[in-house]
Amino acid sequence: MAYTEEELKKELETKEYEYGFYTDIESDTFPVGLNEEIIRKISDKKGEPEWMTDWRLKAYYNWKEMTEPEWANVHYKKPDLQSISYYSAPKKKPKYENLDQVDPELLETFNKLGISIEEQKKLSGVAVDIVVDSVSVATTFRETLAEKGIIFCSISEAIKDHPELVKKYIGTVIPPKDNYYAALNSAVFTDGSFCYIPKGVRCPMELSTYFRINQAGTGQFERTLVIADESSYVSYLEGCTAPSRDENQLHAAVVELIAMDDAEIKYSTVQNWYPGDKEGKGGVYNFVTKRGLCNTRSKISWTQVETGSAVTWKYPSCILKGDYSIGEFYSIAVTNNFQQADTGTKMIHLGNNTRSTIISKGISAGNSQNSYRGLVKVGSRTKNARNFSQCDSLLMGNDCGAHTFPYIEAKSNTAHIEHEATTSKIGEDQIFYCNQRGIDTEKAIALIVNGFSKEVLNKLPMEFAVEAQKLLEISLEGSVG
Amino acid sequence: MEFKEKLISSYLAFEEDLDLTDSVHDTRAHALKIFEEKGFPSKKDELWKYTSLDALIHKDYSLFPKSEASIELKDVKKYFLYDTDTYKVIFIDGVYNPFLSNTTHDGLDVCLMSAALSKPKYRDIINSYFNKIAPFDESLTALNTSYAKEGAFIYIPKKTVAEKPIEIIHFSSGEQDSLWLQPRNLIVIDKNSQVQIIERHQSLKQHSVVTNSVTEIYVHEEAFVDYYKLQNDLTTASLIDNTYIQQEKNSHASVHTFSLGGKLIRNNLRYFHKGEHILSTLKGVTILEGKQHVDHSTMVHHSQPNCESHQDYKGIFSERSEGVFNGQILVDKIAQKTNAFQQNNNVLLDDKATVNSKPQLEIFADDVKCSHGCTIGQMNEEALFYLRSRGIPKKEAKALMTYAFANNVLESVQLPSLKKRINGQIARKLGVNLGFEL
Repeated sequence: MAYTEEELKKELETKEYEYGFYTDIESDTFPVGLNEEIIRKISDKKGEPEWMTDWRLKAYYNWKEMTEPEWANVHYKKPDLQSISYYSAPKKKPKYENLDQVDPELLETFNKLGISIEEQKKLSGVAVDIVVDSVSVATTFRETLAEKGIIFCSISEAIKDHPELVKKYIGTVIPPKDNYYAALNSAVFTDGSFCYIPKGVRCPMELSTYFRINQAGTGQFERTLVIADESSYVSYLEGCTAPSRDENQLHAAVVELIAMDDAEIKYSTVQNWYPGDKEGKGGVYNFVTKRGLCNTRSKISWTQVETGSAVTWKYPSCILKGDYSIGEFYSIAVTNNFQQADTGTKMIHLGNNTRSTIISKGISAGNSQNSYRGLVKVGSRTKNARNFSQCDSLLMGNDCGAHTFPYIEAKSNTAHIEHEATTSKIGEDQIFYCNQRGIDTEKAIALIVNGFSKEVLNKLPMEFAVEAQKLLEISLEGSVG
Repeated sequence: MEFKEKLISSYLAFEEDLDLTDSVHDTRAHALKIFEEKGFPSKKDELWKYTSLDALIHKDYSLFPKSEASIELKDVKKYFLYDTDTYKVIFIDGVYNPFLSNTTHDGLDVCLMSAALSKPKYRDIINSYFNKIAPFDESLTALNTSYAKEGAFIYIPKKTVAEKPIEIIHFSSGEQDSLWLQPRNLIVIDKNSQVQIIERHQSLKQHSVVTNSVTEIYVHEEAFVDYYKLQNDLTTASLIDNTYIQQEKNSHASVHTFSLGGKLIRNNLRYFHKGEHILSTLKGVTILEGKQHVDHSTMVHHSQPNCESHQDYKGIFSERSEGVFNGQILVDKIAQKTNAFQQNNNVLLDDKATVNSKPQLEIFADDVKCSHGCTIGQMNEEALFYLRSRGIPKKEAKALMTYAFANNVLESVQLPSLKKRINGQIARKLGVNLGFEL
């Protein structure tokens, strides 16, 4: 790293404005814009087989016919998709020599979250010595997984090493022409994870928790495919609580889950991307398509904690195809300052005796807008479908908004659907009670918010629950009083 | 020729009998332009997602019925609330019928829209109220506005209690094979006044009739209005009802909608608040069978602090019927201390029946209490078994449970004779005679 102090200084000064698009043209970067040639080049670069290239191109042609969706309750300037470079070599992040040079605010946050020094370095872009614990830890775990026959690797590796699995399942839950962003992702995705759990195997660890350091900095168009074969179990964790300052403004990820008969997938997400500054400038646009397919007696459970991003557009869904399958959705969405979130779920009941539960907690503060949008659909041939939905919103301050758009469609006389939603604020009497017992207002709010979100926090894997709890506090810091 | 084109081209003929210098006429011409631009709503419109007008609008309808049908009192008497002395404004095929009606100018005005539009003494009222809250951008309302000519006009002056309820009944005689009606009602209730109104659309013979009705209701300070919509028409009749209500401070407006029959019914009910401490009530019972379709689209816009709104819609659907509930609560930033509640309960009795429900909350103020609840389910088998084990036959047991289910709405009906009538209609629908009055 031939970095002079001069350059570093310059870097730090202009840092605030740099979160937009990547501008520094390097030798290994493709020209901006999107066309057939670029897609062929991406595919070529990754050494993909022909069927994959064709698949991408098909998605690209579908995408060209589509228009950006406008129905969501969010307002933003549409990113110019022709001004992005769709492939570039791993980005050169600003490198610092030690932690003292890193933005103190960021370090403060790390400390509050209780992240280890090594992780802190990695996350903030400080050059790290290769021989850190985590790497060896990672290797050890890879071995354990391989022993059980679990495949866990990047999607590019999977396309090369396990083409039969990828070919069979990719795009089966989210077809490339599903929606505008899914089509875009299908055409240009460059990175992502692949996971396969063989029959009857219970994955011994929370996948990806231990790998999160290595996973940091995954691409802008991420593609995840998780397949749980018959009677297997996996708990998958995506994202991390640490604030990642990503340079890409647009993120359009696709996550597909497939649960075979009697399998169970638990997918937890903690998302804390750069939400823009206090005036609402900048910030990441997070347009994600997530969907799971449940076969007979299987279960998919989505848990998400959304605190980052300027604009969130995300509806993790379950297609309950098999009889007796179960879909769950637990969500906390926190918006502050000028953030906007339009998030929720879809539960499509196709099989008989299917059940679904939706618990959504929205917290809005500052000037933010927080929407829940969900669909519960029961087909006419589905017997004994059962759904319970609960959407609660908490408003803090008088400049924010909380919205609920539930769609409930039932065509069966054996369906049981219940939906309830409430909107309220933190009671002054509650805060007064806490104050009276010597708890200051900020702490009191944290306490009340935690209580409000408890039902969802409880669903997170243990260690994440603790971090997520702290994250809630930090996200709402300074929003009241 | 497409029906839309016909509507637009017929306007010239319609214009001939009108005073073109009138300011109302500008409103009409403007509204027609909007309709021409927008056309009929399609399923692509978010508010029409679950209701399609396709089956209705690809037909030819006559807009101006030619002959005046002769209808005698004995034919229609059963549709009146006969045991209550009421004011009546009766229309047959869109034309006012003076023999059946019972209008008044004594202390309050219960008369005709056409009279209000043409007589100079109503000029001020028309100027300040006509088409003031009906939104410009809704194509069906615009269509009605462009052909606005006839309907009921009700003006209740300050500190007046209307002694008798007012009945507005639109009959369609069936003389014309297919008929498109567009009644326009204007109701103004001045300060400290009170009125009860019953509105009904009824076809006397099986024939295809579509009514696209617009009603504007202005409720001034401390006024009270109780509005009942009875929708129990033949299965060949369709109704698109657009009702807009503006309330001022301390007023109370309640609308009960009983949808018991018809081919397609769409109820657009919108409330606008112009003062504090307003109470708005929206209630409905829907009981359908066959291939009937009822769509309730409600919106309460809370734009002032300290107001309250209650929505309660119950639906029972059998055979292939379809029910839609699209409820919207909007709370503006300044509307602190708002209490807004919404409830939609549905029972599906048959396998082919459908319910689509979309209860929405859009809230921009923090100190509010807002909630909504929506359920879709069946009759409780255990409760049914309990009743049957006590010797109540299955049909009657089901009927009792239906009454219990709808009771929250029925119990707030203020007119005893109306309540009795609705109970009777429900009993007939369910094919039971419980042998006692509920």
